[in-house]
Amino acid sequence: MAKATRQAFAESLVKLAGNHQEIVVLDADLAKSTKTELFAKKHPDRFFEMGIAEANMIGTAAGLALSGKLPFLCSFGCFLTGRYDTIRMSVAYSQANVRLVGTHAGLGIGDDGHSQMGLEDIALMRALPTMGVFQPMDARETELVMEYLVNDWKGPAYLRLTRQNVPDLYPEGRVFQPCKLMEIVKVDVGRPGVVCFATGAAVAEAVAAAGALLPSGIAMSVWNVHSLKPFDEEGMLAAIKGARLVISVEDHSVIGGLGSAVA
Amino acid sequence: MKTPELLSVAKELRVWIIEMLAESRSGHPGGSLSSVDLLAALWFSEMRGVDAPGGIKDDRDRFIISKGHAVPALYAVLAKKGFIAPEELKTLRKTGSRLQGHPDRMRLPIVETSTGSLGQGLSVAQGLALGLRMEGKKSRVYCLLGDGEIQEGQVWEAAMSAPKFGLSNLCAILDANGAQIDGPVSQVMPLEPLADKWRAFGWHVIEIDGHDMEKILHAYKEARELGQSGAGRPVLILARTIKGRGVSFMEGKIEWHGVAPDGEQAKKAIAEIRGGGSNG
Repeated sequence: MAKATRQAFAESLVKLAGNHQEIVVLDADLAKSTKTELFAKKHPDRFFEMGIAEANMIGTAAGLALSGKLPFLCSFGCFLTGRYDTIRMSVAYSQANVRLVGTHAGLGIGDDGHSQMGLEDIALMRALPTMGVFQPMDARETELVMEYLVNDWKGPAYLRLTRQNVPDLYPEGRVFQPCKLMEIVKVDVGRPGVVCFATGAAVAEAVAAAGALLPSGIAMSVWNVHSLKPFDEEGMLAAIKGARLVISVEDHSVIGGLGSAVA
Repeated sequence: MKTPELLSVAKELRVWIIEMLAESRSGHPGGSLSSVDLLAALWFSEMRGVDAPGGIKDDRDRFIISKGHAVPALYAVLAKKGFIAPEELKTLRKTGSRLQGHPDRMRLPIVETSTGSLGQGLSVAQGLALGLRMEGKKSRVYCLLGDGEIQEGQVWEAAMSAPKFGLSNLCAILDANGAQIDGPVSQVMPLEPLADKWRAFGWHVIEIDGHDMEKILHAYKEARELGQSGAGRPVLILARTIKGRGVSFMEGKIEWHGVAPDGEQAKKAIAEIRGGGSNG
């Protein structure tokens, strides 16, 4: 099965909203694309259409958080980070309990071009104090990260999602450990020569690459990084012990992204 | 509090502003002094549920200072209200102080949100007004804007959306002192006709002399009553003010936007405020 993480996010949002009256949703004329229209249909009184005015949407969400609500504000990642100063001042430096949801991550969106792609959003969001940065690899993990963001995370957080479908990868029965690395491809014998860290849609690519390398006798383990900040440094150091090569894969600029976190 | 008392509170706030700026040797006297009368009337007569630190309630009225550089005026109010000790005012702008040069919610939550990058407070005030209304609270939300500040585009995004949501519990106060760092607002980036612009966006506009205490009190009352009437419109109080008000050598002088008085100047300013007429 394959599903876009934006779709899984919206379904999870609707599910969680039943028991969490504090959840409200804001969108900037992209509810069909971010899939928050699912929520809007179910809870019209808790959905705010803010028009094509992202900065005001971000500030309004910060105010809603101050009144005790848990706002999810949604747009394409690049359009949210385009209003960086408002995120910095009204959300991060105000420690507003806001969930910024940026869809349309990276080149994976297809033909619309760079103006619609989140290509630097992880870097920008990681740089902000108090801001958590999360990117699930598939539908199941999206649901788990959403539960964590609603039930446990305090303060601002950024959730990065795909436009395109991604295959199911989450191992059946595996216990979700928030903010920890998860080994997706394990090397059967001895230590892996190559250790690969991947995040979001790139995890599936890394898993395929690990399979393709096997016939050449190259053993590569793959670690999924759903939390880019906080980053599980301890887990990373343990994972790379003895490795001859460490690589990172992400649909994002390597500057400030997973690559920088690993480095 | 009635007008004579409010006038004396405003004098005291002005003195504290001069004292703390002189102590820190930096800060913004012009825009702090222009907003003092508006803040005195708001905090000591109009706002509910902000009477003492112990008396803070969830359904209190809220205040956001969007023109963050005028925060010395708010710190003086908070000291007079008892939220901070008057001695603490001396720590303004010092490393580690709760009284940062611009309001910092992470250190001093009563400021509600961090500001200082201009143009953002009205959006936050709007979100707060929306959320409090959803919670069924009677709270009103006030937001102080500067006229130079509203050159920021985000202000007009908020100006568009607050009427859409019918936020009659939201009241913006525009401290129109006519001056900004690089010169008169009318030259840097003209904004008039201000009242027409806000009305065209769907706001109820009340234009007043921002140093006439009776008029200020009346404007707040009109805004509140309009809100209670269910008119469903936010209010903008367009307050015409004088930068540096209360200190003759600062009044209307752009060079006093962001320069603190030295010891001598502070003495002179305080003597004038204390000895001054009805409005300090």
